[in-house]
Amino acid sequence: MSTRIESRFKACATEGRAALVTFVTAGDPDYETSLALLRALPAAGADIIEFGVPFTDPMADGPVIQAAGLRALKAGQTLARTLEMVRAFREGDDATPIVLMGYYNPVYIYGVERFLADARAAGVDGLVVVDLPPEEDSELCLPALAAGLDFIRLATPTTDDRRLPAVLANTAGFVYYVSITGITGAATAIPSLVGQAVARIKRHTSLPIAVGFGVKTPEGAAAIAAGADGVVVGSALIDALRATLDSEDRATPATIPAVTGLVGKLAAAVRAVRRQAAE
Amino acid sequence: MNAPNSFRTGPDETGHFGLFGGRFVAETLMPLILDLETAYEAAKVDPAYRAEMDAGLKHYVGRPSPLYYAERLTEHLRAGAPAGMGAKIYFKREELNHTGSHKVNNVLGQILLARRMGKKRIIAETGAGQHGVATATLCARYGLECVVYMGAVDVARQAPNVFRMKMLGASVVPVQSGSKTLKDAMNEALRDWVTNVSDTFYCIGTVAGPHPYPAMVRDFQSIIGTETREQILEMEGRLPDSLIACIGGGSNAMGLFHPFLDDPGVKIFGVEAAGHGIPTGEHAASLTGGRPGVLHGNRTYLLMDDDGQIAEAHSISAGLDYPGIGPEHSWLHDTGRATYISATDDEALAAFQLVAKLEGIIPALEPAHALAKVADLAPTFPEDHLMVVNLSGRGDKDIPQVADILGTRL
Repeated sequence: MSTRIESRFKACATEGRAALVTFVTAGDPDYETSLALLRALPAAGADIIEFGVPFTDPMADGPVIQAAGLRALKAGQTLARTLEMVRAFREGDDATPIVLMGYYNPVYIYGVERFLADARAAGVDGLVVVDLPPEEDSELCLPALAAGLDFIRLATPTTDDRRLPAVLANTAGFVYYVSITGITGAATAIPSLVGQAVARIKRHTSLPIAVGFGVKTPEGAAAIAAGADGVVVGSALIDALRATLDSEDRATPATIPAVTGLVGKLAAAVRAVRRQAAE
Repeated sequence: MNAPNSFRTGPDETGHFGLFGGRFVAETLMPLILDLETAYEAAKVDPAYRAEMDAGLKHYVGRPSPLYYAERLTEHLRAGAPAGMGAKIYFKREELNHTGSHKVNNVLGQILLARRMGKKRIIAETGAGQHGVATATLCARYGLECVVYMGAVDVARQAPNVFRMKMLGASVVPVQSGSKTLKDAMNEALRDWVTNVSDTFYCIGTVAGPHPYPAMVRDFQSIIGTETREQILEMEGRLPDSLIACIGGGSNAMGLFHPFLDDPGVKIFGVEAAGHGIPTGEHAASLTGGRPGVLHGNRTYLLMDDDGQIAEAHSISAGLDYPGIGPEHSWLHDTGRATYISATDDEALAAFQLVAKLEGIIPALEPAHALAKVADLAPTFPEDHLMVVNLSGRGDKDIPQVADILGTRL
């Protein structure tokens, strides 16, 4: 049986296009709004959802995603509630892959085995854990694979050819290429360099490659989509969300439409680009 | 847990001290810390690097620092002790180093390493500003660009050190994220490093962070214990009976302790900051009030909530105001080789004043925590018990803050 992630990338490839991967932070700005947004993302054009697990000290994230995590925590978000949201989402959508993205400590404290069982039962498909490089695979990566969850690894511009095989060894689902050296939402990815990097990684793996960290606009997404299997957009969506909040960081009627509106534009841009014969 | 044959062989090749330590960093940084490890392993066995270190420690830092018999403090504590009781107290005078604390020992080692690696830009995090000042100092000495990240709260309460760093040519970046203290400064420094991978060297100020930092910083600070060993043998003809030092991240303590870890007759005490008191929850005592977790590249004891969210620490001392501790301390705690206790803000403040009056030495608020526990422990040991306390920094930087607390307008 193929996984949701495999099926979705295959379906996009059949359409001759890249997948749009959207990142939002679980519980931002509150549980109800965030769940409603999660439910609205597929119809707006998201192919895969990366759901950010809030953490107090997100050392790879820029100010936009940091602030989203703190808003969620302030509103009472926990890892258990994030899993609860995925479970609620799965009641109405059994096809859209959900990847949890975050840092190791909340998972470690929840308990690795218990987390993997609960995440799988909730309908989580994959994990991106920023502070677990291959050197720490025994912590979560290997147990996750054994539990049937994809452990999606980050490859970066500093991951050279010598290191790539180790990075790819236990990677499953797809490879997340971090297009810049830097934090989320900072610099802008340069499409020509990204294309070269994707081609380089493709020489080492047959997994799909999604590109993120420096993609901000529909035009930028389209440029990346020409040379990758997926495009990840996060900070730009959260920026759009934040702009609609009231002075006390509460959701307004404009909150969900602002995000889904931008997702729609990103999806249209990505879908308009026919994949070059990269494969 | 079974006691290992030696307490001095860690970490293992993957950077672990038992459960603790490791390399929990983003992939972008992984190649950088592997490069650093290779460069450090090569430097360690290079006589030219050793010679450069030795010359710098002697002529620039001013080592060796004295081991000083604190006669009046000893007598004062004996006066309140039962007959025949009251340990003989020595101060290891790290506050006499250039820049005023032990921090410079480590910074010299890292800056010389950065030069070997061809790095032109140095970044650092700082709490009280002592590590920032030491880093800015060595960067001035070697003509390197220096950027220091400091929590906005600490920038406000350690104004003299901020000015010192600027005088030395460093840029000081006030960090506005999170709790705006040391842990957030470290987050921001890591974000800088992820962004500026090719030319930047991250000079971590304590025995924490991803491997090889905890071991490397410990090695640089071990000069404290190595000298203490020679000095006490010369002065007393034997090893001390106990060692005591304050702990934020724990570099001054690890530097004093490490050369004595395999001497079972030497008791070892680490003193964490108990802030307003452990039961209030407003403290920085990770071992006493925390549990193992993962932050800033290593697994160690951390203050956190039940969801694994990192808690804000509290201490009167900005240098101890950190919700974690070096992984080797966590391991020494779990193995039982070292005993970790804590001192409150008030106890530290009292010791600060007591030692100033009795010894003519104004300690920093950080070692004042260790001195507070010396006052508790010394009377419980016999008069022939030799106790060495690491006087890791001087209190000049704390004068405005202490004056304010004591109600004196400067």
